[in-house]
Amino acid sequence: MSTTLVDRKRLSRTRLSHPVLVVPLIAYLVAFYAYPVAAMMLRSITDPSWTLENFRRAFENPVYLHVLWLTFRVGVIVTVVALILGFPVAYVLARIDRAKSNLLMMLVLLPFWTSILVRTYAWMVLLGRQGIINQFLLWFRSREVLVDDLLSWLGLPNEPLQLLNTSFAVYVAMVHILLPFMILPLYSVIRSIDGSLLRAAEGLGATPIGVFRQVLLPLALPGVSAGCLLVFILALGFFITPALVGGPRDLMIAVLIEQQVELFNWPFASALAVMLLAAALLVFAVFARTLGVTEALGRVQQR
Amino acid sequence: MRRKTAARSGPGYAVTTVAALVLLYLVFPILVVIPLSFSAGTYLSFPPPGFSLRWYANFLGRADWLGAASLSLWVGAAVMFLATALGAPAALALVRGEFRGKQLLTGFIISPLIAPVIIVAIGIYFFYARLGLVGSPFGLVIAHTALGVPFVVINVSATLQGFDERLEQAAMNLGATPWRTFWQVTFPIIRPGVLAGALFAFISSFDELVVALFISGTSAVTLPRKMWESIRFEIDPTIAAVSTILIVLTGTLFLSAELLRRRSERLRSAAVPEDLVAKDAMPAQ
Repeated sequence: MSTTLVDRKRLSRTRLSHPVLVVPLIAYLVAFYAYPVAAMMLRSITDPSWTLENFRRAFENPVYLHVLWLTFRVGVIVTVVALILGFPVAYVLARIDRAKSNLLMMLVLLPFWTSILVRTYAWMVLLGRQGIINQFLLWFRSREVLVDDLLSWLGLPNEPLQLLNTSFAVYVAMVHILLPFMILPLYSVIRSIDGSLLRAAEGLGATPIGVFRQVLLPLALPGVSAGCLLVFILALGFFITPALVGGPRDLMIAVLIEQQVELFNWPFASALAVMLLAAALLVFAVFARTLGVTEALGRVQQR
Repeated sequence: MRRKTAARSGPGYAVTTVAALVLLYLVFPILVVIPLSFSAGTYLSFPPPGFSLRWYANFLGRADWLGAASLSLWVGAAVMFLATALGAPAALALVRGEFRGKQLLTGFIISPLIAPVIIVAIGIYFFYARLGLVGSPFGLVIAHTALGVPFVVINVSATLQGFDERLEQAAMNLGATPWRTFWQVTFPIIRPGVLAGALFAFISSFDELVVALFISGTSAVTLPRKMWESIRFEIDPTIAAVSTILIVLTGTLFLSAELLRRRSERLRSAAVPEDLVAKDAMPAQ
């Protein structure tokens, strides 16, 4: 009796789903995604003939080395700032009741859903010479002599500040765009932490900082890794934002790749792309070792 | 003493203040664009000198803007159908099937989400340059589908997880063909997940810029591509009007997708207890 049930179950399983159903998608992705990317990467060592010249060029020219270093630095700073800003939000949203946190979550999700182009444009509006922040500062100075004195003392002349097309603008806009990728995995992990553990630590006399360091942070670590992984990898490949709000000195690798493609230096652009992908995979491998790939990606899906 | 402990068990004032400021930082830039789009002035001055719909009229009255918007809508719709047709069956196979290399395949299918998009963009650009597909809407659909399909797979997989397969067995034991069982039992339950995945795929294509920048040429200019050019070369509030339309449009679509997702969660949790199966999980069949 029980065996027939099992047999029937197995039968119906094979009927309603078959591994073969995954084949069209795999074929599609191989043809239009994996193959083009692989062919592009191969170009970096085969165009015009087998050579490592393109990589040598990237590593020997100090300008390109500087771009690599700058990309890495932007990635690290954006990740750290996003973690520092994102943790309190994730914590508060995870610790208040569901109805409130669902509502406040909209404030995280609305920017998350808005296109990167629109968000970058918003920062151009805010930071421009005629932008809102500069106009507000000038207006404030004209009204309050004390503020004017203070700002003059700080060395800020009474004219619009150069905020746009600076590294500052790149950091502010990139943290803004990537912050939800930090908050969402952190939130889902902190939400699953048993609140009574935190209360127990408090009841036993731990200071708020002690609770954070000894209980909350260790338990939230999977969320911290997942968030940092996502933000760092996405930051490495950022193109739109640095291209629009960065200055001429804030050349990140994705922008450099685009420039090289425009200049028809395709093999060299491919070599740079290989280096970017290698960096992304390296970071991914390091994080995957510490927490497991499925876990890392799973946290993103459960937003 | 007890009061103090109780007060401390929630988030403290300092943390709450920081969180509120960060939330403000997240939302403020987006909210600032909206009033600017109704400005009567020709520049992006703040506060706007007066109320006007002229930038919306400018958007709706210019053939290049409208052409770009309609191309993006068509490409997005095509991507939505193609990605769903490819992604939903794959999700079914990945969740239900037991075969070697399943993890690896899943990782491969999800990878377009996390791979630096500039790499995918130039790979496809070089590929298309050889095939002569640069500047074709068809080429955009092909490329955007690869980038949008993970959303379908993720959403449909989520709905299939915890799906009570006894419902399907019951249908088939009662004589339904697998095809009929799928459309009358399985699909109604996973429908919210399929729709949510389809919506995500649509928006991912509708918002996509980097790939479009390379492969849309001069003849297949999408809305983000047109915006990119406009932002770089002609800063007037038309962009603010387009941005506002996009914020409202994508906001609405995503909200629908989110509600669908929550609905499918409810449907699934309702489908598990036996006595609820008949009542809740199979509405009005």
